[in-house]
Parts: sequence; structure tokens; C-alpha cells
Amino acid sequence: MTVAGVPSAPSARSPWLTASGWRGLFRDRPTIPLLALLAALVILSELVRPGIVNLNWGGVMLRTAVPLAILAGCQVLTMLTGGIDLSVGAVASMSGFLVATLVGDYGLVVALLVAMGIAAIAGLLSGIGVGVFRVHPLIMTLGMGLVVFGFANAWQLVMVQTGGGTPAELRWIGSGSLFGIVPHSLLVFVPLAALILFSLRRTGYGRLLYAVGDNPIAARLSGARSWQVLMLLYAISAVMASIAGFLLSGLTNVASVTLADPYVLPSVAAAVIGGTSIMGGRGGYGGAIVGALILVVISSLLSSLGYPEAVRQILFGSIIVGVAAAYTRVTAES
Amino acid sequence: MTATTGSLGGSRSRPTDAVMDWLRHNAWTLGLVAFLVLLLAFTKAIQPSYGPPGIQGLASAVLPLALAAVGQAIVVISGGIDLSIGSIMALTSVVSAALMKTYPDLAIAIVIGVLVLGIVIGAVNGGLVVVTRVPDIVVTLAMSFVWAGCALLVLKTPGGAAAVWLKDLVKGPILVEWLPRAAVVMVVLVAVIWIPLRRTRLGLSIYAIGSNQLAAFRSGVAVGRTKISAYAVMGLFAALGGLSLTASTGIGSPVPGGYTLQSVAAIVLGGVSLAGGRGGVFGPIVAVIILQLIRSDMTFLNVNTNLATVANGVILIGVVMFGSLIQMRRARA
Repeated sequence: MTVAGVPSAPSARSPWLTASGWRGLFRDRPTIPLLALLAALVILSELVRPGIVNLNWGGVMLRTAVPLAILAGCQVLTMLTGGIDLSVGAVASMSGFLVATLVGDYGLVVALLVAMGIAAIAGLLSGIGVGVFRVHPLIMTLGMGLVVFGFANAWQLVMVQTGGGTPAELRWIGSGSLFGIVPHSLLVFVPLAALILFSLRRTGYGRLLYAVGDNPIAARLSGARSWQVLMLLYAISAVMASIAGFLLSGLTNVASVTLADPYVLPSVAAAVIGGTSIMGGRGGYGGAIVGALILVVISSLLSSLGYPEAVRQILFGSIIVGVAAAYTRVTAES
Repeated sequence: MTATTGSLGGSRSRPTDAVMDWLRHNAWTLGLVAFLVLLLAFTKAIQPSYGPPGIQGLASAVLPLALAAVGQAIVVISGGIDLSIGSIMALTSVVSAALMKTYPDLAIAIVIGVLVLGIVIGAVNGGLVVVTRVPDIVVTLAMSFVWAGCALLVLKTPGGAAAVWLKDLVKGPILVEWLPRAAVVMVVLVAVIWIPLRRTRLGLSIYAIGSNQLAAFRSGVAVGRTKISAYAVMGLFAALGGLSLTASTGIGSPVPGGYTLQSVAAIVLGGVSLAGGRGGVFGPIVAVIILQLIRSDMTFLNVNTNLATVANGVILIGVVMFGSLIQMRRARA
């Protein structure tokens, strides 16, 4: 075990056969074992309920996972810098609700832009708090979540006469699908995910996120202005949350100020399962997407077995601890 | 650090210095208490009829969150954080309510059993943190699902019952009408559990591992055991919070209220550093009372309750920003 970790040791065996080879795989490409876990869960679903797994089912899974995967993206980006964004629930709900109430008077485009603009302002304020005033991200985003939720609630009382509902366009993109299989929400998600994956690997800003999270002092000494990085980061995260909110309100055909609240903790869970360290500096978005899919498949598997909500939650929690412990074990080696 | 600079001139023994030291160490809590007094005066000014019933209602309303905040403060002082405290409260609350409905005669044994359950749950959380070496925030976040699920297994919908003496314990006055019973319960619990504990080796170790884990380890502190103990004490206070929920509502609800995040907010307002090792439990208790009082003041002023939520958020952010600004200035000076 100790020898295998030394790179200079000449080894005749293929790295695929050694324990450390597997560990390295798990450490460097967490997406592959996660995909295996996902496949195992799909097979398990088919075994316990023969005939349930088909293209249609896959479409439903994808459609349900997309908003969660976007919110998990918010957590991945903020966690890379050692932060967390607990305001995503309030921001996403607020965005979906705002669009539903504004679309009647101002049209869809204006409504979407207004919602995203307000989200961006909230995110920017969080970023200023975290980056400039060094407020702990947990507290800053928690407080910002309260502020956004409170304003959305006050707005709800103003708009109570007007009513309004989720616009048809959002329902089309959130819950519609091509031939009943390929969800329309992929039209939003695929470009967004590609942009995040590309930015994290290939752009300076993406590398800055890792640098700020991995070693803030080293990053500062190398000339990174971490407060600017963080300000922009929380604004980006809030805009992504608002996009997730649009899709979610389209998916559920509900516009409520608490719509996305149950997604906050699972979004953190998806990011953690996906191999992103909450301490910052390590992780990526690919794993989080698979993590979101895993959570959705588990929850569908358990509800198809007729297990009550209680058992589902207990298993959810145990799986998160188990996967996180496995990560910590393999990454502690290096 | 800063306290020693004033006493370099050999004037260490002067009693005024000791007082100044004490003031400086507790400046944040004292500020909170002063603010609370001002707030009470303000409440009396805008609502002249605010009297003993108001104070009693305030004390009963803050008791569950105050107990949760004490538990959270202890874990955060030890360098961790527990995001499952609301779920633990829900679980202990439903267990006590369900059992008291079935066995109304065994209420005292049930209360003791639930407290032990809380300690065990806390120790499980702490043990998982120590054994898996996964960050506290992730472990306790995941365990919040587990404990909430267990609560749902016990009771699907709010139900159960509470013993009459337990209900009487948190409501009404004691001795004089200005002294709410819930406040006395709170003070007694903290005085019996935390104050003696703080003076022991374990209490010192809790502060030590929160302040600098490596230094504590090198000084011979059993880091793992101390951490598990801190979580166990948190579990005890969470169970007390759950029991006070059962006592004040008369039933148990399996759905965790917003106590987890509120407790984190309260301890930060109360001067506990999220980095660990600094703070106490009295600041958080005062902070909980202040937050609740602001909420009722807004009701008296006929302010939209949603704006009260906004105010809570703004106060939280504002106070923490203020605190970190002070720290930054001190670091620069």
C-alpha cells in the first residue's frame, strides 16, 4: 500500500490491477465509479420492478434531475472556493414566482430578465459580504436567503389579487419532452453544463476558483483578487439558481415562494456525492451531475418499492455519509 | 493577546484591571444585553400594555430555540457544526409525545429516556465525524435526513401527548409574576449542565480542540473523544429542546422546524466564532431573545411579518459584517 503510492517504483503490473490504481481512478476521475453506481441502481430498479426501466422512465428521471443538477452546480462552484450557497432555495423559488406574477403584464422575456436581474443583485450582495467583509459564506447566504424569502413573501401579498400562473413556455421547457423521451429542459441544461465544465477546466476564472479555495493566501500572493472572484461567483450562482427556479416551476406547474426549499440540502448532497470537497479546491461539475441523477434514481426506486418517505430519507442520509466517507478515505492517501 | 498589553507595566494585580479584562472578554455579550434592555424599553414604549404575560409568552416562545442554540454553540466552540439539530429536536419531541400518550404514568422515566436518546444521537453524529473524517457539515447534513426520517417512522403526523407537569414547567410565572418559569428552567439547565462542564478538563478540551486542533493534540488532548463528547452534550441540549417543544405545544411534530439554521444564526449573533474556540452560551441565548422580541415588536407596530423575516436576515448579515469589520481593524492595528 505504501510502496504502490510512490510513482518512481517500477511496476510491471498494469495500474488497473492494483488497489492504488483503483484508488487513483476514484480520486482523479470520480465520475467513472459514480456512473457505475448509477448503472447498478438502474439495474436494481429493473430487478425489483421488471419493466419499469425504459426510455420513457429515463426521460422522467432526466427531467426531474435537471433542476437539482443546476442547483448542485451552484454548490459545486461555491464549494470550490470553500464556500456554500444556502440561498439557492429562496432565490430559485423567488425567480419562479416572480415570473409567474409578472408574465401577464410585461411578457415572458421581461419577466425572466427581471427575475434574473434581482437574483444577480442578491448574489452580488452575498458576494460582497463574503469577499469584501469576510462574512462566513454559510451565514451570508443564509441571511440573504431570509431577505429574499421575506421580500418574495411580501410581494406575494401584493400580488394576491392578480393570481397568475406558470407561463406555458416555462411548462413546455420544464416538463415537456421530445417524443415523450428527451426532455426539453436539456435545451437549457446541456449548454449551461458545457459552459461550466469548460470554464472550470479551461478558463482563467475557473482556475481562480480552484486557487482561491485550495490556498487563499497563495492565491492572493500570486495576484488573484479573491474578493472580485467571490463577488462574481455568488452572482453567477444566484443566476443559475434562478434558471433552476424557472425550470422547476415549469416542471411542477407551481409558482410558490417555498417551491425550491426542499432542493437545497439535496443540492449540497449531490455536490458532495459528486466528489467536490466542502473545504474547497477539489472537485468538479461532472460528478455533481451524476450525483444528482443518483439521488433522483434512488428516490424513484424507493418510492416504486412503496417505501414510506421516512425510509427514503434515512437511506438518503446513510448513502451520503457512506459515499463521502469513501471519498475521504481514498483522497487521504495523497 | 490584546488583554496583556495593558498589564505589562506590573499593574496586573489591580482589581480594576481584572474588571476591565472581564469587560473586554464579555464585551459582545454585554453589548447584546444592553441592546436587549433598550429593546424591552422600546417595546414598553410602543405597547404600554406589555407586561408579565408578554414576558412569559416571550420566555416560552424562545425556550426551544434557546436550548438548540446552546447545543449548537458547544459544538461550534469545539470546531464543528451540527446541521441536524432541528431533526434531532423533532425526533426527541415525537418520541416523548408518542410514549407519553401510551404510558402517561411513566412520564419521568420517558423524559430521562429521551435525554439519554439525545446523548446517544449526538454521540453517533460525533462518532461518524471522527471515524469517517468527513467534514462535520456534510456528516450532520446527511444525518439530518436520517433523524428526520426516524421521526417520521415514529409519528407520521403531529400527535401524541405531553404530561401535565411537563406542560406546566414552561408556562406561567414562578414566585413573582415578572419571572417566567421557562426562563428559570433555561437558567437552571445551563447552570446544572454547561457551567460545571466548562470548568472540567473536558470543557477546557472542547475550547482547545476548537481553537487549534493540532496544538490540542500535541498537548495531550484526546481530540476524537472530546469531539464526540461535545456532540453528545449538543444532543442532550437538542433533546431538551425537543422536550420543550412537546411541552409547549402538547404534541410532537415529526417535521423539523427551522431550528437548525436559526440556531446557527443565533450563535453567530451571540458572538460564537464559526471557526471554533471562541464564544460562550450566554450570548446566543440573549441573541435568541432579541430576535424573538424584534419579531413581536414588528407585530405591535403592524409591520408585515414577512418584512420581519427580511429584518432578521438584514440583522444577521449586518451584525456579522460589523463583527468582522471590528476584527479586520484590530488585525490591521
